Order: sequence, then structure tokens, then C-alpha cells
Amino acid sequence: MSAQEQGHVVEYPALLKVWGTLLLLTAALVGASRVSPAAAVWAMLVLTPVKAALVLFFFMHLKYEGALLKGMVFTALSVLVVFISLLFLDISFR
Amino acid sequence: MSEEAGRDYQGSKIGMWLFLFTEFMLFGGLFILYAGSRALNPEAFHEASRELSVPLGVANTLILLTSSLFVAAALTAIQKGDRTLSMRLTGLTAACGALFLVNKGVEWGLKFQHGLYPNGPGLAGRPAGEPLFFGLYYIMTGLHGLHVLAGTALLVLMTVLLARGRVRQDDYVLLENSGLYWHLVDVIWIFLLPLFYLAA
Repeated sequence: MSAQEQGHVVEYPALLKVWGTLLLLTAALVGASRVSPAAAVWAMLVLTPVKAALVLFFFMHLKYEGALLKGMVFTALSVLVVFISLLFLDISFR
Repeated sequence: MSEEAGRDYQGSKIGMWLFLFTEFMLFGGLFILYAGSRALNPEAFHEASRELSVPLGVANTLILLTSSLFVAAALTAIQKGDRTLSMRLTGLTAACGALFLVNKGVEWGLKFQHGLYPNGPGLAGRPAGEPLFFGLYYIMTGLHGLHVLAGTALLVLMTVLLARGRVRQDDYVLLENSGLYWHLVDVIWIFLLPLFYLAA
């Protein structure tokens, strides 16, 4: 065993593909914002989390991490989603 | 064994992620504040958002996405033992961070010229939601800018540590964790772009 447990190596072409996809999604997001306010909101709700997920899974290597780290990230983000949901419940029903 | 060398690769990474969670919550709280304020002032947020420059916001998005590619590739490079390439890429990432801040400075400068700052003449007499929008804009992009500044400093440090052989093929967790921090800064910006610049 080496001095350090080795992390996963993500090859350059894979990184370039993720980068290209992120640029395309950004272009789609900007394009949708010019179509209509509704399109802008839907694009934001759908494309923005996809972009964040691409960065998390590939650039941040989350895809190659073990269940412990994945579970920790899932738990932290779930807490945030719960808070945001509670906020909108409050605004919708006040 | 990693413990014998006084190192714990997995532990270091988990520690970094725990810190990143606190960052999620810090910005998450601000996103909740934004969402609540916008839900209560939809018209004012729409109008105020028109004042922001979409080209400048998109340019900064391209800079950060590209810098994220650079730092991810820098990690791949050192994992493959190519120290020179890794140093070039961390240097380029830091340069992107500096460029982002210059761009942001120009953008804030233009807003100041138009009196669009808290209690500024440009916001006098406007509906209450518009100063609120700009308040959130300055707090959130400002706090994000501080993170870009910290990340840039961290990447300059990584370039130095790579040069000194402190970060190397068999011990690169410092660079990996710095990369994680940089990607987090990118992820936050991914959310800031549609919330502020594309909301009009």
C-alpha cells in the first residue's frame, strides 16, 4: 500500500466533456431567460441543479466517493431542501 | 500505512467536506432570504434585476466554469505525476479568480456610478423591494467575492507548494481539498447567476 490511499483519477477528456456540457447548459439557461419569465423560472429550477450536480459529481469526484461521503452530502443538502420547502409552505399558506 | 506517515487521506477529505457543508448552510440561509424576499416583492425584484448586466454576469460564469476545469485538471495532472502541468493549471485557476474579481469590481463600480448602492441616490423613491434586491445582491455577491479571493490565495499557495514538492504525486490531498473549495465557489455562482442576472 502506498503512503496515501489513492483517489480516483478523472481523465482529461471526461473533464472537458463536463466543462462543455456546463457551457451548453449555461447557454440554454440564458436563452430560456429571454423567451418568457415562466421559461426563465423553469430553466432555473431544472438546469441550475443539473449544473451543480455535474460539478459535484465529476469535478468534485463525488461519483467516485464511498457511501459514507455520498450519504453525508445527501443529508446536508436534504436539510437545506427541507428548510427551503418550509419557507415556501409558509409563504403559500399565510 | 497512512497513519504511520501521520497522514489520513480519507479523514482530510471528510474534514474538508464537513467545512463545505457549513458553507452550504451559510449561503443556503441567504438563498432562503432571497427566495422569501422575492416571493413577497416579485415585481420589484424583476425591475431591479434589469439594472444588472447579463453579459458581465455570463462572462464571470464562463471564467469560473473554466477555472473549475483547470483546477480539476490540475489534480488529474499531479495524480499522473506531471508537476509542471499541475502548476500551470493551478496558476491559471488563480488568474481566473483574479479576472473574476476585476470583472466584479468593474460591475460594482458601474452600479456605484448610477447611485445603485444601499441608501444611494439611484435607489431613492423606488419601491421598497428594489433596495432590498440590491442589498441582497451586494451581500451575496460580496460574500461570494470574498470566497473567490480566499480561493485565489489558496491556489497561489498550492502553486508554491507544488513547486516546493510539498504537494506531489503521492501526497496531493492539499490540492484536492483546495480544488473542492474552488468548486464550491463555482457551485454557489451557478445559483447566483439565474437568481440575480437572469431574473428580469
